[in-house]
Amino acid sequence: MKKIEAIIQPFKFDDVKEAMKAIGIDGMTVSEVRGHGRQKGHKEVYRGQEYEVDLLPKVKLEMVIPDARLEEVVQTLTRSARTGKIGDGKVFVYEVAEAVRIRNDDRGESAL
Amino acid sequence: MAQGPQDAGARLAALENQVRSAQSAGDNAWMLISSALVLMMTGPGLALFYGGLVRRKNVLGTMMQSFILMGLVTVIWAVAGYSLVFAEGSPFVGGFRYLFLNGVGAAPNSDYAATIPQQTFMVYQLMFAIITPALISGAFAERMKFSAMLLFMTLWSLLVYFPMAHMVWGKGGFLNAALGGKVPCFDFAGGTVVHITSGVSALVCALYLGRRKGYLHEPMKPHNLTLSFIGACMLWVGWFGFNAGSALAASALATSAFVATHFAAASAALGWVIVEWIRTGKPSVLGGISGCVAGLVAITPASGFVTPFPALFIGLAAGVVCYFMVTKIKDLFRYDDSLDAFGVHGAGGTLGAILTGVFATKLVNDSFNRPLGAVDGNGGQVLNQLVGTLIAWGLASVGTLVILKVCDWILGVRVEPEDETEGLDLSMHGEEAYNLEA
Repeated sequence: MKKIEAIIQPFKFDDVKEAMKAIGIDGMTVSEVRGHGRQKGHKEVYRGQEYEVDLLPKVKLEMVIPDARLEEVVQTLTRSARTGKIGDGKVFVYEVAEAVRIRNDDRGESAL
Repeated sequence: MAQGPQDAGARLAALENQVRSAQSAGDNAWMLISSALVLMMTGPGLALFYGGLVRRKNVLGTMMQSFILMGLVTVIWAVAGYSLVFAEGSPFVGGFRYLFLNGVGAAPNSDYAATIPQQTFMVYQLMFAIITPALISGAFAERMKFSAMLLFMTLWSLLVYFPMAHMVWGKGGFLNAALGGKVPCFDFAGGTVVHITSGVSALVCALYLGRRKGYLHEPMKPHNLTLSFIGACMLWVGWFGFNAGSALAASALATSAFVATHFAAASAALGWVIVEWIRTGKPSVLGGISGCVAGLVAITPASGFVTPFPALFIGLAAGVVCYFMVTKIKDLFRYDDSLDAFGVHGAGGTLGAILTGVFATKLVNDSFNRPLGAVDGNGGQVLNQLVGTLIAWGLASVGTLVILKVCDWILGVRVEPEDETEGLDLSMHGEEAYNLEA
């Protein structure tokens, strides 16, 4: 099993979710996060006080998938999240040692 | 049956009574609404405006500083405040005739407002006494101890606001333009009494308390500008009660003050936004609402004396001047007037007080039967306005400094550093504004 962690642009989240649904990936955990990579922040001005804001709002997706579907999922993800501009985000892939379904103790890929 | 002359006289008297009570009904309706509008300026207007501008850990503490004055000042006003402002006394402070609201009832006080119950006049003026100290809280936001604030506001009302209001509006007050003042100073709705006193006191507070921890190093962005936006729009509406209500009757003068008030707010909002747009490249919402408040402040003393186009000019001038006060002058001297109470109320109030001497005209307000300001050919009025302005500056700065010293000695005015870090909401009041997990 692999865990996919993707940091994406918030406004691309619906596209990604639809694309995942289309290839039959239903489970995901989503959080609103803040961060930055190479993308520059922006300047805000309140009554003349300037603030450099370099932590930008992003969405973090976490999904655990069967090994066999890794390439397909990553490609679907990058395709649906891409604008081609700086700030599109990153995908990280991890090995997962075990998965347990709490409801009935299913183990491994059948628990996904 | 023939009617005798006696009968006609009685009918005439009855008719006169009916006319008088009809006028009284109209005036009283407007003044009660105005009173409510002015209270709405403090809560929720100012509370929202200021509450949105602070960090999220201080929003309740900031709102409470405005709200509690609706309670505190009301009690002080009932016991002594109304008397110290409006009873005849010395030129500098009122007497004790109306202590505990003695004799303040349904009968009008013809010195001030001949067509409404004195009780209406009393409660209307109370609303001004509430909002004026509340304005100061913008300068010491996020760092003043609640107990010290209560003591400060009590003493400030007694030693600064009541004397100043008496001098300008009380019968026989030193600056009173209508009722026997030595130096007649025009202040229709409180340029000197409300905005200069609060704005200048705000500056003294900001200097005395010092900057907030982390000022200019840590981000101190407004935590919720939508709150501030709602608050500012309520201030704009409430200000019609503040200025047009100061006619003390549902009269043509009230209409004129209403129009002047609205026009000044409009041009000031545009003025601030345009200057900001040119200088920073973006027209901000905070700029727009700050501008409208600056315009409302500046037109306050002039509102019952000027025609619409001078009102537009006064607003525009206030929008531009106050923009530079809060963006440039504050930076230059690096005082932490946290929510710009001085930059907007002190500067806008001073500008408005002086320009009132320029633009006041008998075309708008003929109750004095004489030329009013420089546009009427009475250039000397500008000097009178300067005297009023200087007295307000002097009383506010000296009075506030002394009161702060006293409060500091008794209670300590500033919160502990760890309380400041934690925020006033938790450290002073034991609650949080946003319980997202609840």
